[in-house]
Amino acid sequence: MDANVFAAQLEAQRGYLTRVAVLQLRDRDAAEEVVQETIVAAFAGREGFTARSTLRTWLTGILKHKIVDAIRRRQKDPVFESALPEEMDLDDFDGLFKESGGWQDKPSDWGDPEAALARQEFFDVMNFCLEKLPPNTGRVFMMREVMELDSEEICKELRITPNNLWVILYRARMSLRECLQQHWFGGASRTP
Amino acid sequence: MNKLARRISHLISCREATELVSQLRERPLSPLERVKLRLHLAACKACSRFERQLALLDEAMRRYRR
Repeated sequence: MDANVFAAQLEAQRGYLTRVAVLQLRDRDAAEEVVQETIVAAFAGREGFTARSTLRTWLTGILKHKIVDAIRRRQKDPVFESALPEEMDLDDFDGLFKESGGWQDKPSDWGDPEAALARQEFFDVMNFCLEKLPPNTGRVFMMREVMELDSEEICKELRITPNNLWVILYRARMSLRECLQQHWFGGASRTP
Repeated sequence: MNKLARRISHLISCREATELVSQLRERPLSPLERVKLRLHLAACKACSRFERQLALLDEAMRRYRR
């Protein structure tokens, strides 16, 4: 492929990659840096890209490594170290369930998934909800769901136990479903 | 809900059921956990809805990655 065309295609993915990296690193400058590294590496390694995967998937694979490197570099980050334990605390979820363990507010029927997933606005709300997650919760959720790191890798990177990881991901999912309920499924935005 | 169904679904609470629904995405559940969860979901409409909501979240994230 023509190098200029390829460079333009890479450029077109910069927005998406930056969004993912910001959610992951929670730091605009660091995010732009890893995205820049990713685009440079992708351009240099463009022979390695085959049409077997989409460009976005391929780039996300490269970005994943850059982000893991960045996380490794700042492993000693005191903010992360101190904030993580409090985000692993499940106490503030007691509001969702009664003392007995039953639902406080039962989940509502979200209807046909396709009706939501077919709308671009749904993903805007989704993005909003991802950004609203507590920083480390969001970071871990993105590692799992977007970077597709397996549990073992995440635990190793963050030096947390599998149990910690399950609690964090549970929190993330509970928060996301609350947020989607509030801003999409329960709100007026569902009707076009 | 009849009495038997209620008793079966109460082997685990809704809170525990939601934790298992989330965790099965990271680890295989034990046979006992699987049975408890399956019975709970069969009898509890709220938690089955929750399960479908997480499935929608999975699918949303899958498309988000693309």
